[in-house]
Amino acid sequence: MSAPRREAAVAGLLLIVAGCAVAFVVAYATDAGTQALGLTLGAALLALAAALAAAGAWILPNEISEEPRRPPAAEDDEKKTVAALRPAGASITRRRLLAGTGAAAAAGLAGAAVVPLASLGPWMGDTLVESPWRRGTRVVDVEGQPIAADALDPGGFLTAFPAGADIDATGSPIVVVRVDPRRLRLPEARRAWAPDGLVAYSKICTHAGCAVSMLRSPLFSAHVPGPALVCPCHYSTFDVTDGGTVLFGPAGRPLPQLPLSIRSDGTVAAAGPLSGDVGPAWFGTRAPGRSGGW
Amino acid sequence: MDRRATAAAFGVALLVAATTMLVRPPSAPGGESGPSLIAKGRELYLTGCQSCHGTDAEGVPGVAPSLRDAGASAAQFMLTTGRMPLPAPDQQPVRRTPAYTPAEIDALVAYVGSLGGPPVPRVSLAGTVLSRGMQAFMLDCAGCHQALGRGGVVTGASVPDLTSATPTQIAEAVRLGPYLMPAFGAGTLDDRTLADIIRYVVWARSPHDPGGAALDHSGPVPEGMVAWLGGLLALVVFARLIGKRWQP
Amino acid sequence: MLERTVHAVEVRTRRTHVLRAALGYVFPEHWSFLWGEIALYCFVVLVVTGTYMTFFFDASTTHIVYHGSYAPLRGQDMSRAYASAVHLSLDVRAGLLARQTHHWAADVFLAAITIHMARVFFTGAFRKPREVIFWTGLTLLAAAVLEGYMGYSMIDDLLSGMGLAIGWSVATSIPVVGGPLATLLWDGPFPGGTAFESRLYIAHVLLVPVLIGALIGIHLLLVSLLHHTQFRGPRETERNVVGLRLWPAYAVRSLALFAAVTGVLVLMGGLVQINPIWLYGPFHTYLSENGAQPDWYIGWLIGALRLVPGWELTAFGRTLVPNPFWGGVLFPLMVFATLYAWPLVERRLSGDRTTHNILDRPSDNPWRTAFGAAFATWVAVPFFAGSSDRIFLAFGIDYEGQVATMRVLWAVLPVLVFVATLRICRAVRDSEAAGRAEASADPA
Repeated sequence: MSAPRREAAVAGLLLIVAGCAVAFVVAYATDAGTQALGLTLGAALLALAAALAAAGAWILPNEISEEPRRPPAAEDDEKKTVAALRPAGASITRRRLLAGTGAAAAAGLAGAAVVPLASLGPWMGDTLVESPWRRGTRVVDVEGQPIAADALDPGGFLTAFPAGADIDATGSPIVVVRVDPRRLRLPEARRAWAPDGLVAYSKICTHAGCAVSMLRSPLFSAHVPGPALVCPCHYSTFDVTDGGTVLFGPAGRPLPQLPLSIRSDGTVAAAGPLSGDVGPAWFGTRAPGRSGGW
Repeated sequence: MDRRATAAAFGVALLVAATTMLVRPPSAPGGESGPSLIAKGRELYLTGCQSCHGTDAEGVPGVAPSLRDAGASAAQFMLTTGRMPLPAPDQQPVRRTPAYTPAEIDALVAYVGSLGGPPVPRVSLAGTVLSRGMQAFMLDCAGCHQALGRGGVVTGASVPDLTSATPTQIAEAVRLGPYLMPAFGAGTLDDRTLADIIRYVVWARSPHDPGGAALDHSGPVPEGMVAWLGGLLALVVFARLIGKRWQP
Repeated sequence: MLERTVHAVEVRTRRTHVLRAALGYVFPEHWSFLWGEIALYCFVVLVVTGTYMTFFFDASTTHIVYHGSYAPLRGQDMSRAYASAVHLSLDVRAGLLARQTHHWAADVFLAAITIHMARVFFTGAFRKPREVIFWTGLTLLAAAVLEGYMGYSMIDDLLSGMGLAIGWSVATSIPVVGGPLATLLWDGPFPGGTAFESRLYIAHVLLVPVLIGALIGIHLLLVSLLHHTQFRGPRETERNVVGLRLWPAYAVRSLALFAAVTGVLVLMGGLVQINPIWLYGPFHTYLSENGAQPDWYIGWLIGALRLVPGWELTAFGRTLVPNPFWGGVLFPLMVFATLYAWPLVERRLSGDRTTHNILDRPSDNPWRTAFGAAFATWVAVPFFAGSSDRIFLAFGIDYEGQVATMRVLWAVLPVLVFVATLRICRAVRDSEAAGRAEASADPA
């Protein structure tokens, strides 16, 4: 292509840029929607890219050039720099004293500068998560309504919370599941924790804190894995029949279990606190004992 | 006419009537559910289901459950989604092309329904609120079925995609809890909330996508692929066009 | 006109000779040297679109009930942060374009950094005197990953909220200090106090972008002071640079690339939906969804968290090392420590302490290339493990089986890749040497 032709091509592309840009403004003014906006502005920019690339390749000078790298400094050049720095310490007699106290001063100031960061958060006590569950706490649904024990059919599950508590605090949410009482294999100390096969566990996974929102609940028990709570993040799988032990996955601790009791009016309440620390572990998390209690 | 002719005429009339009753074309669901439909269902059952579920639907331990008190609802769900008949008892039932015609399904449903259990539910979406459905779905269903009902994974099984499920099938499955799904009775999920959820699931098939191509709503994995194989690749190609190749 | 301008600048700065030198600066032309620029221009797009969005985002954890235009969310309890992001996406003209362009730019930014880093590694560009450039680049990579994570987590939607829960568990898993440290950062136990959202915001909008900007500045300054590396060629030596001058040839090409980056990202931002937060709903600690994934550049970490078995080190009744530590802290530390240490390790192992301005081709240095390939494999295995559930859904390969297999592959595959790559590089090198020997022996 001859030079004038090439320049015309680039000019044409630049016109397309202008046109698409105007189209973008029109699309915006007429509220034409995200696709129209993206298409017009994107086309304008891509046409600009093409125009610039064409200009670089066809119009502007683009001969290969060569230039030398900066040669390494001559040896006495570096010596001169060192000589310029050295006099600072030339007349110091008690070098170690000044260095030591200087370091102490720097360390002190650095520490002082960093310390106000401690105001960022509350000072932790012995427990990372204070769970509101106590003996007698009523179990309510997400709307705050008490739960009747016979509302839950076999094979069903329900997300529940302590009455009056912050439902978003990780110590609050539990899953209530009705298991066939004949399939329960709770540890000795927890036999009374599951009236009529109604079991409850913390809904916060002990691995990394996601809500354990899947219940594997077999309709017919042959050929299928047993009932379990499963977390959708990394597939930690907890057995609902034996106190929440880990069947698969990276969780290192069983799901804390909440003992339940059925009140005289048929609604469900907690019969005590959760069996272990809620959610992902930290240094202070108590390692689970054999029976799953403290 | 003499008495033999009258008797013969009567007999023929009776025969014709009986034959007509037997070969009457199948009616819409809720239509004929009389003994003949149940009987037809029983016939189909004996051919296609009894090897796993037992001669009288009492179940076979270690193979398949009893269908007594399973209900017409469960039967219709399993048959209309093609989950049943199952090729082998140890497989996960999954959605397939139904093996029976609608008429045959009606008959089987009538037969299983006659053994007791919940009837086929009537679903009405009147008065449902989409946002209530979304909230309830997020709380009770999204953990397994994904935020838009596209299905997912649980240890030991796959969770089905809901985009082909009819409102009736959804209602049936929620109450039954098939395979590994929990069973949500009216105590945990009342009929109103269930209807809201069904409304949401149907809506979620074509949700609000003002951002463009939705990549099947599968999230960051296909997004990452598009970033690499769409965005970055295009830019690398552009760089190749304006840059130079290495020449020895 | 041109003379008057130059004269005015010279009188007021006395530095037009610097400008002259800069205009004459020679850039080697190889197309793989443009990959770092792709990343740079992605960053520019991020800053521009990000600034626009700060005019609309409300970094507040105050909870409200939504009564906006989008019906499925009406009546739902959510934070102002989430509501403002939904508003920006669905009600503000060009708001969704800005948000989606920004998110695509983040994904492509990290992809470009990755291929740029790979090019630098496999050509030995990090060798003396460029170790500091390499280290600033690695720090940029880490900062970019953190920045992306904070950016999509700020929105307080269900998907990113789940990611923050996992981030919390990784922070608390740091032995001894993890719990107090995480509580400090989050202004309380998870989901955090009222200050947490504004901390995410200020970190994402000011602190880390300034850090990235400063690092880019140092990175580019050092590149220009030392001059670019280049591939071996007929004119190229250790003491020169052969290529295009900055003005006008290279500047125009670079601007063309800038326009292309911006164009591709805007096109994607308008045509391909990304992170549709209104569909996920607001985050609550008691909610989660199946198939939740982090953005692609964090895939290696979710995979590591899934692959490491449920080991927790307990001592004296306390949990010394919670499980997320292995995959969430130790593994990334090892990855970055290896990368940071590599220039020094290679120097020690090869005994080569000379300055290098000419690049290796990957086959020129079989040991480095083999190590790099093995290292990339070691990171790639957990990357794929992070999507095992997607692989199960697409191809029917059992999830638990994949986890078991990938655990073995994580250890074994890098070794196999190392051996294979070493062999291939040596074979390429030997056949080229044989080819050269033949050519020089040929009397024709």
